[in-house]
Amino acid sequence: MIRTPLRPLARIISARAAGEDPDLIEAENIRLRHEQMRNRERKRAETRLVVLGLSFAAAFLVVGVRMANLASSQPVEPPSADLSDVIQTQRADIIDRNGSILATNLVTNSLYAHPPQMIDASSAARGLAAIFPDMDARELLASFQSGRKFIWLRRKLSPEQMQAVHDIGEPGLLFGPREMRLYPNGKLAAHILGGAAYGREGVHSAEIIGVAGVEHRFDAFLRDPAERGRPLQLSLDLTVQAATRRVLAGGMSLLGAKAAAAILMDVKTGEVIAMVSLPDFDPNDRPAPLTTGDASDSPLFNHAVQGLYELGSTFKVFTAAMAMEHGVATPETMVDTRGPLKWGKHTINDFHDYGNALSLTDVIVKSSNLGSARLAIEVGTGRQQAFLDSLGLFLPLPVELAEAPNVRPLLPKRWSELSTMTISYGHGISVSPLHLAAGYASLLNGGTLVQPTLLKAQNAPEAGTRIVSVETSHALGAMLRQVVVRGTASMGEVEGYHVGGKTGTSEKQKPGGGYYDDKTIATFASVFPAHDPKYVLVVTLDEPTETSGVKPRRTAGWTAVPVAAEIIRRAAPLLGMRPEIEPATDMDYRLSKF
Amino acid sequence: MRTILYLLAALATIALAYWAYNENNATREALRQVRELQRDIGTERETLSVLKAEWAYLNRPERLRELSDLNFDTLQLMPLAPEHFGNVDQVAFPELRVEEVTGPVDLSAPFDGVAAETPENADAPIGGQP
Repeated sequence: MIRTPLRPLARIISARAAGEDPDLIEAENIRLRHEQMRNRERKRAETRLVVLGLSFAAAFLVVGVRMANLASSQPVEPPSADLSDVIQTQRADIIDRNGSILATNLVTNSLYAHPPQMIDASSAARGLAAIFPDMDARELLASFQSGRKFIWLRRKLSPEQMQAVHDIGEPGLLFGPREMRLYPNGKLAAHILGGAAYGREGVHSAEIIGVAGVEHRFDAFLRDPAERGRPLQLSLDLTVQAATRRVLAGGMSLLGAKAAAAILMDVKTGEVIAMVSLPDFDPNDRPAPLTTGDASDSPLFNHAVQGLYELGSTFKVFTAAMAMEHGVATPETMVDTRGPLKWGKHTINDFHDYGNALSLTDVIVKSSNLGSARLAIEVGTGRQQAFLDSLGLFLPLPVELAEAPNVRPLLPKRWSELSTMTISYGHGISVSPLHLAAGYASLLNGGTLVQPTLLKAQNAPEAGTRIVSVETSHALGAMLRQVVVRGTASMGEVEGYHVGGKTGTSEKQKPGGGYYDDKTIATFASVFPAHDPKYVLVVTLDEPTETSGVKPRRTAGWTAVPVAAEIIRRAAPLLGMRPEIEPATDMDYRLSKF
Repeated sequence: MRTILYLLAALATIALAYWAYNENNATREALRQVRELQRDIGTERETLSVLKAEWAYLNRPERLRELSDLNFDTLQLMPLAPEHFGNVDQVAFPELRVEEVTGPVDLSAPFDGVAAETPENADAPIGGQP
């Protein structure tokens, strides 16, 4: 660029010649030059501003585009964020107290059809009918040609079936992954586990939901992803459960019983070690509930929890406990057993005539209705109600089964003095065998309330509210032992385990009212070892008959007791209990005096 | 001087770009491996759960009882009963052999164990609570 001189000689000379001030020319030129410089500066500044503005615009654009991108894309977990264990199955396992699997999942496949994609529908239909015997080729073909776009064919396939379907080579037959619930032990513990079914179903997965038992009760826990597949541990012992079920099934068929239930419970914790109800079902293939007739005839019915029965003389133990606790009687107190006892038009009598009076222990041992009725009257209706209520016999049990909250014991509508008398020996009140087991456990564990539970106790049990004193609890144990040693349950003796227990036989109620002569509920509520109770076992048989004698025998002493004894013989060693010699209390007193 | 600086900066940029590219590639490769491994782990877990289910199915008490009944001739297994509990003194322990000391004993000689820990005794079953 050519710089314009501030004082161009030509103009200066001509100006001088004209007598003008040459400095004006210089000033003018300086002004022009400054103007040029200012324009240049402004232009540069403008350019800078534009560039800056563009870069800001670009930056905002990038941020905006990224935001839009994030907002519209699917969320994806960073691939390397979680390398630890991934949640495997959508439903956690159920295990027993030793960790054996009671319920688990198996990956399998479902089969569906897309008829529009089919090449040869008729051969596909024939192929499927050959693989699955229950499918009909003509019906299949008709549904393939009905214009439907999607047809479910099979919920679960075995690997062999899947391969066979694959071999048909039909592109319109498709597989979807499925999980299925598997109960490897079959019928064992069927009523406790309940069963599972598919909920909402899609092509790629299906929801498994529990329909009964612990599967239903703990549905939320089993499906909770936050638990990371932590298994549900039950209090059951698989081996003991198997032994109990086998013995009970044998006893049931020998005695021709319609149904049977057995409950083995830890007296300190209330943990149910084994609970069997027969007849049972396979939870892998849960039958449909009965739509007509009596629900208790269905194999789905849990006789141990849902069955409400008049459990008969087993209730005399509650009467005795109550009498001792209220100071009405001691085990040696003589109780009037003269009969018959009349109340209005009703008469109470004993099975045999036991003379004028029996000690309280003998009332239990010989099972005198008159004795326990008179004791109950002496204790009083109010205190009887309060006592039975404190044992939890009036309310549904808190046991963790979906069915349990609906099982409300049947109580008399009006609790008259007659009710007090009949309930003292277990008539006029209907409870479940599990209620009875929990009641016995509460009385015999030292006298504190236990709630039955199906979950394994995680820490040492806390003592519940006190029901009876320790002395009463010991006295009851001794009485129950005497029932087995010299009373109605003499067949219940198992050498080394000091079984104590109380029998109960009650006639079944006719639907219209009144009682059957030849249909009984036989119950044996037992505890072992009686001097230091560890387990309570309740066995209930519905309509048993023992036919080895001249006349058929239906009392619990001939039916439920031998079955219970065999269960204890089998279960006690499995529970790790050594047979032991009963401490002879009288003997060492004498020896020390020697 | 300035040219050299520019040249060096350009070279450094190229080198860094090359390094970043390589790292990026290596990361992608590692992630791919992780995905593959996770898929493998998933498959293995699936297999494991199938095997566990199968194990539980094969070990169900009913089947074991049937098997022990079928093989009663060889196994002679009975259900566990109270009579099967024994006492420690019913266990036949191997005899404790102590060599008789006849000559003088050199106490400074290296100690090579006591007689009760001779090999045949060490292998003997230790009786106790069943």
